[in-house]
Amino acid sequence: MRKIYNKVLSVSGNVITVKATDVGYEDLAEITTRLGKSLAQVIKLEDDIVSLQVFAGSRGVSTTDEVRFLGRSMQVAFSDNMLGRIFNGSGMPRDGGPEITENLISIGGPSVNPAKRIIPRRIVRTNIPMIDVFNSLVASQKLPIFSVSGEPYNELLARIALQAEVDMIILGGIGLKFDEYMKFRNTLEDGGALNKSIFFVHTASDPVVEGLMVPDLSLAVAEKFALQGKEVLVLLTDMTNFSDALKEIAITMEQVPSNRGYPGDLYSQLASRYEKAVDFDGAGAITILAVTTMPGDDVTHPVPDNTGYITEGQFYLRNGRIEPFGSLSRLKQQVNKDTRDDHRAIMDGMIQLYAQYLETEEKRSMGFRMSTWDKKLQKYGKLFESGMMDLSVNIPLEEALDRGWSILAECFSTEETGLRSELIKKFWPKKTESKGTEV
Amino acid sequence: MNQQTGTIIGISGNMLTVTFEGTITQNEVGYAVHGDAHLKSEVIRIQGNKAFLQVFESTKGLKVGDTVEFSDELLSVQLGPGLLTQIYDGLQNPLPELAEAHGFFLPRGVILDALSKGRKWHFTPLVQKGDKVRKGYYLGWVPETQFKHYIMVPYYLEGELTVESIRKEGDYTIREIIATVKDEKGQMHDVSMYFEWPVKLPVKAYKHKILPTQPLVTKARIIDTFFPVAKGGTYCIPGPFGAGKTVLQQITSRYADVDIVIIAACGERAGEIVETMREFPELIDPRTGKSLMERTIIIANTSSMPVAAREASVYTATTLGEYYRQMGLDVLLLADSTSRWAQAMRELSGRLEEIPGEEAFPAYLESRIAEFYERAGMVELYNDEKGSLTIGGTVSPAGGNFEEPVTQATLKVVSAFHGLSRERSNARRYPAIHPLESWSKYESFVLYDTVQKARDFLKKGSDVHQMMMVVGEEGTSLEDFIIYLKSEFIDAVYLQQNAFDPVDAATNPERQKYVMNQIYEILGSEFQFSDNEEARTFFYDLRQKFIDWNYSEWKSDEFNSQEKSIKKLIEGKKKHA
Ligand SMILES: Nc1ncnc2c1ncn2[C@@H]1O[C@H](COP(=O)(O)OP(=O)(O)OP(=O)(O)O)[C@@H](O)[C@H]1O
Ligand SMILES: [Mg+2]
Repeated sequence: MRKIYNKVLSVSGNVITVKATDVGYEDLAEITTRLGKSLAQVIKLEDDIVSLQVFAGSRGVSTTDEVRFLGRSMQVAFSDNMLGRIFNGSGMPRDGGPEITENLISIGGPSVNPAKRIIPRRIVRTNIPMIDVFNSLVASQKLPIFSVSGEPYNELLARIALQAEVDMIILGGIGLKFDEYMKFRNTLEDGGALNKSIFFVHTASDPVVEGLMVPDLSLAVAEKFALQGKEVLVLLTDMTNFSDALKEIAITMEQVPSNRGYPGDLYSQLASRYEKAVDFDGAGAITILAVTTMPGDDVTHPVPDNTGYITEGQFYLRNGRIEPFGSLSRLKQQVNKDTRDDHRAIMDGMIQLYAQYLETEEKRSMGFRMSTWDKKLQKYGKLFESGMMDLSVNIPLEEALDRGWSILAECFSTEETGLRSELIKKFWPKKTESKGTEV
Repeated sequence: MNQQTGTIIGISGNMLTVTFEGTITQNEVGYAVHGDAHLKSEVIRIQGNKAFLQVFESTKGLKVGDTVEFSDELLSVQLGPGLLTQIYDGLQNPLPELAEAHGFFLPRGVILDALSKGRKWHFTPLVQKGDKVRKGYYLGWVPETQFKHYIMVPYYLEGELTVESIRKEGDYTIREIIATVKDEKGQMHDVSMYFEWPVKLPVKAYKHKILPTQPLVTKARIIDTFFPVAKGGTYCIPGPFGAGKTVLQQITSRYADVDIVIIAACGERAGEIVETMREFPELIDPRTGKSLMERTIIIANTSSMPVAAREASVYTATTLGEYYRQMGLDVLLLADSTSRWAQAMRELSGRLEEIPGEEAFPAYLESRIAEFYERAGMVELYNDEKGSLTIGGTVSPAGGNFEEPVTQATLKVVSAFHGLSRERSNARRYPAIHPLESWSKYESFVLYDTVQKARDFLKKGSDVHQMMMVVGEEGTSLEDFIIYLKSEFIDAVYLQQNAFDPVDAATNPERQKYVMNQIYEILGSEFQFSDNEEARTFFYDLRQKFIDWNYSEWKSDEFNSQEKSIKKLIEGKKKHA
């Protein structure tokens, strides 16, 4: 039986200290307060003074509460029985189902040896042209959606999850609003994907600290399934909430903040989670799609900024659309050469023309005269936005490429597109006469 | 053996507070004992009978009261044949061997030999009994990939030494004794083919440093022509995320005209280094016809690996670079990203509760950065040969803003600055080095006047562009508009370079000079245009032809005929006096 302590020395923020010996760094303890039981984790040892962050928060902790050390660090079950189930940020069921205790594994395990990684090569199709055509998602990629709050990022996440051909989906919710979480659940259920999904959900009304465990719980389970050969998609929403929880603990521990109150190790903390995305040599893969809300729509804010330095690109969601500029999939070149001959050309060509359209728009707003060419671009811009950018467009990659050609043919003559002649010969729509000269 | 031990009294993150009795040394290695595992650590501060150690591994599960064993040795690397082609972590653990022994994950507390114990090397002696030598002198050599790897007198032996014995030509392992030398006090020292050297001490077994003047050819046009790097020099590449720092270093590691490349992946993505690891063995180095891996060492301490080892990895890489420089070779060290290394220092400094400077970086940030770049240099060796170590580091400034401590401290010490701009990378103008803000103190192999003329046009063109944003194209004079078109032309056909095209990706110096001459002529020419539209059409045409020219093999038929067609186009529009 583990020793029980009955004297809490200090309570500050969500961190308490107790006097105890024989305690391991990052070990767990269970604290029983008048409000119930909560887990707590060792975050500092100094002689016999142990600092613990209390998952349920320090509210209601009294100086004589019982603290029982468990002699181990955080663990989570790993089993097929978890499919379709919903757990909280401490790994406990929140769906009323039975607790799962088989096959306990440690979370926050060591990193993968780079020698055991392979270069990712498989495209993950989403049927969203702004992704499939312009910034293809690749199995084992780590990619956040950057957006301001209020944008439909969770809908986007759920939709990609449903359409992606993966073996399983793990949703890690951090500070998720209750109705967002219910929508997620319902979307996956309606799409028939619930039985291949596992939820770790920390909602906005749960204690802040509890959210800190969610990425590690989700990724530890994902890693085990991937080692069994599964293609796992992990969705983390919202990593800004996760970072804010880190900030809160750091401030309580009186760490010197580096930037706008965030701790100096924010980069390392985020990286150790995102780097769990992997394509194992000889096993499965983990793809991570996350949400990073940008306070004040400011991409230089420490959370999106550090995230951008870690992830393999980002999707900018703005005004309900994935922006073609600023969005980037750094792994797209690994896959878009093997899809269809015209993929890269359409990708580059349409974006360049769209950039020209935006310039024209700027000119127009400044009252400059519109030339024939400007007018063609304007027509093109509108068609591009409605036919490609609109999130309601839901078509396979090949159809999107065909649509690209027909939009081009509707607006321009062949030379005006700047596309290679051999591709034009092969793909330029036959029926539609080139309308490049009309308008 | 009477080993020094200590007892852990505090743990915070990767930092231990340890009480000890007796003597310990700053930067000494200690091992925290956790069950069977020995967790490597380094003493980073001593205060009375308390030592502070940074642990190079996760401290999970360690307890107050656990033992630390001190080694009495500074954090060191092994130097000897067999370093080339290796892929190490930040502490010189070979990653492929670790994978073989321990599978998918990096185990805690496992240390493997950096150099193979069993492998035999064919040794040829270069000295005889009675010869006088000093640290860094060559005792013999072994073939290592395409190089003569010199077996040297270890750098820790001071003063004049006499060779007492030397092995005959033959095959030996690195652990066999190949020579014995006697120092000035008459003490004998056995020498094998490898020795250890503390990573934080610069190697100084040479006559003196000399000013770097020879260009280091990267084959990136904008670098070699406009912002060149010299062999033995230093340069930095700051830029916001996604601006192309890593891609630029990747292509430099492929095409740079140097003997040896050391890639230090410091706190960045594992995926990026996997690309290099998997692709380099398949790529042929045109200089030697061998695989690129044969001239490469990779130090991979990626972002999810322990942060203290990240701090060490930069020093590990530098020491290996200095070692090969001692053989008279030109070595290029590419560190991506020095900001991650600086952040590792910051994390540690925070745990030590040091007084923080700007953005919580420690006050000594600047001197550490200076010390690091100081280790670069062209040196004259004792045998009058020259060797060089060039250091190029990326910087990842918070928010992409160069007014931050790491960028600023770096700019104070490096001699070339390749600043990447978000605007240029957004516009897909790669490499996104900003042509007006970047600088270099080194001299290019392209004529100064030629480069200066191009610079002028870039500057003036940018001014015209600014103006055009306000008054529109209609309000811009034809003369100004032509300046703008000329500047855009240089940008499109010379500054921008397609990293993914086999020909365009690397431009040799002759070709750079040749093409710049052509551009010089165009910039100096006056053309006959009736209006802006005609000027634009002409320059777009010219641009297209030039880009095709860039894609054609140097001096091939296609190259020559494309050149003719360019000349014809120009002649047709030139104003004739
Ligand atoms: N020279 C280039 N040619 C073509 N594309 C490029 C080039 N440089 C960069 N890119 C594109 O930009 C992406 C990001 O480049 P890179 O990874 O080098 O950025 P970075 O500056 O290292 O970013 P971070 O700081 O986040 O590591 C690449 O994946 C590639 O798509
Ligand atoms: Mg990079």
